[in-house]
Amino acid sequence: MAHDLGFWVLQALNALQLSMLLFLLSIGLTVIFGLMHFVNLAHGSLYAMGAYVAASLAAVGGYWMGFFLAPVAVAGVGVLLYSGLIRRMRRAGPMAQVLVTFGLIFALLDLTRIIWGDLALAIDVPASLSGRLTLLGIEYPVYRLFIIALGVAIFATLAFVLGRTQIGAMIRAGVDNDCMAACLGINVERLFFIVFCVGCGLAGLSGAVAAPLLSVTPDMGLQILIPTLIVIVIGGLGSLRGAIAGSLIYGFVQTFGAVLAPQLASVLIYALLAAVLVIKPVGLFPAKG
Amino acid sequence: MKRSILAALGLATGLALPAAAEDIKVGLLLPFSGVYASLGGEIETGFNLGLADFATDAGVTFEIVREDTEVSPPVGLAKTRKLILQDEVDVLVGIVSSGVLGAVRDFVDGAGVPLIVANAGNDEATGVACSPYITRMSFSNGQVNRPMGTWMAEQGIGKVFTLAPDYAAGRQMIEAFAETYTAAGGEIVGQEYTPFQKTQDFGPYLAQASASGADAVFVFYAGGEAIAFVKQYDSFGLNETLPLYGSGFLTSPLYVNAQGEAAEGVITALHYAPTIESDANQAFVAAYVAETGRVPSEFAVQGYDAARALVEAVQSGATDRDSLANALRQVNFDGPRGALRIDPATNNVIQPIYVYETVAGENGLTQRVIAQLPAEADPVNGCVMAPVSN
Repeated sequence: MAHDLGFWVLQALNALQLSMLLFLLSIGLTVIFGLMHFVNLAHGSLYAMGAYVAASLAAVGGYWMGFFLAPVAVAGVGVLLYSGLIRRMRRAGPMAQVLVTFGLIFALLDLTRIIWGDLALAIDVPASLSGRLTLLGIEYPVYRLFIIALGVAIFATLAFVLGRTQIGAMIRAGVDNDCMAACLGINVERLFFIVFCVGCGLAGLSGAVAAPLLSVTPDMGLQILIPTLIVIVIGGLGSLRGAIAGSLIYGFVQTFGAVLAPQLASVLIYALLAAVLVIKPVGLFPAKG
Repeated sequence: MKRSILAALGLATGLALPAAAEDIKVGLLLPFSGVYASLGGEIETGFNLGLADFATDAGVTFEIVREDTEVSPPVGLAKTRKLILQDEVDVLVGIVSSGVLGAVRDFVDGAGVPLIVANAGNDEATGVACSPYITRMSFSNGQVNRPMGTWMAEQGIGKVFTLAPDYAAGRQMIEAFAETYTAAGGEIVGQEYTPFQKTQDFGPYLAQASASGADAVFVFYAGGEAIAFVKQYDSFGLNETLPLYGSGFLTSPLYVNAQGEAAEGVITALHYAPTIESDANQAFVAAYVAETGRVPSEFAVQGYDAARALVEAVQSGATDRDSLANALRQVNFDGPRGALRIDPATNNVIQPIYVYETVAGENGLTQRVIAQLPAEADPVNGCVMAPVSN
């Protein structure tokens, strides 16, 4: 099939949109991992929870209420998780952490089922973001452009905070060498706590943003977990650059793979993952040299 | 001495108990947790409603043992073993996932326990893997799509692009559609299978469909994927230029309201729609709404008809596993779906297929039945089994 330029622009936008959604999710996970050496497999469940909270709030107060409050609510869940579970598991070693957070996935999945039921929920796209925009000769849904813009904005904010502010310097110091950072008088434990909550909040935000695009089902957290892990393994653990690079690679490989080699679409990204693990096991842009 | 008298007494009372033949023990094998829990709930509600409606004058009591398959083949097999060996059930009802059905098939067949399939649609289950003990009251993947191919070609839709998730059910649904559609003169201009449960964003595929030059798109998606697909299809504005058709699971009443306005105008074909105009269906819908507050989906009617088939088999004089299995193969009745009978060659249900459009109604979305396509038996597909004995 011969395609015109508009087709490729459309697919590039699709790829960018998927990348930004994954970026919102993976940045929280990767920074938590980089800073705390803590594998939080339940990150996807927090994303699902964000979508559910947003769906409930949207039914009461419209889309924007869900958009703004869902991240806060999920960050609140993060506070509970941190003080109840994560802090105790800090020194337990990666295997115990993986098992506990893996169990947490199923506990949270059933919790969402008990609270919200088995039936899928939905959020309508707000009126201001519905419809389509004509761009470079093609029509593209405004909501998808909004996701791209939001991803870029979050990236810019995080790049500024991590790169130009004191707290960013402290986080970078903690990721580099937490013992040394503690010796220099940084309260690393409190830093962990803040980063963990912000990471959870971002997971909640991505859930709220994804909800109108996808469907809100109990297993959405499980479905997004593998792509998120692929993103941070390809990109490299703990770094902002790694998260954005990994997301873009995943989004473009997945989208253009589906167009150019549909039979290989589901294998392509795993092959790339394997290649990265063989050639550069730490990922493309790891936080530590 | 005293002890032996007691023992004799015990024995006597044991013998005096009513014969167990009047109780039919039913093992209900459904997913009550996991991704298909909502389907399990629908089928169970329908099944209980069916027993309440038909079993009162059957002269037997039905005892139900529920087990959760968790949509996992090994778990389903373990639960099937438990129901057959430990609970010694007379009949099994349920099974949502074709994977679970495939896993339990040999054990059920070997143990000689009748199984009424209340969902799993894999063509092979009533094809090469058929069994005189397995009767399907739900549908087969091919059956619900074959009539739609002919119908769409008759409507003058000349070129179609198809999409479905890349797994057995997706392929069987699309292949059945494509077979009759091309036979009736239609042309498939493009076909894509999306990675099953790994595709969140259908954008890339929608752009291909739109560029393919097709007159319409025919798809099969179910559950969460169906909701995401229909919403994304609408968000790209394709609804206006490229009408969306599909297998009816795309716009199942179970989740169509989550799709909202995006589902309006989508035309699909299935063995049931809650708006079928018949007394049997209206009574069923009213009873179901009174029970749950929702209109029944195709899954609910499958549970309801499974219960009715069981009751009819018992009423025809069946009392044990073998006679029940034999009687189930001869069941036929007029239900909410219309006239149903079991094809003795494959043990699959033969039923009419309804083409319906999803339209806005008074309370959310509803289904407008456009056409009722005649019931057709599935091809035998390599099924070989003993004929029904009388």
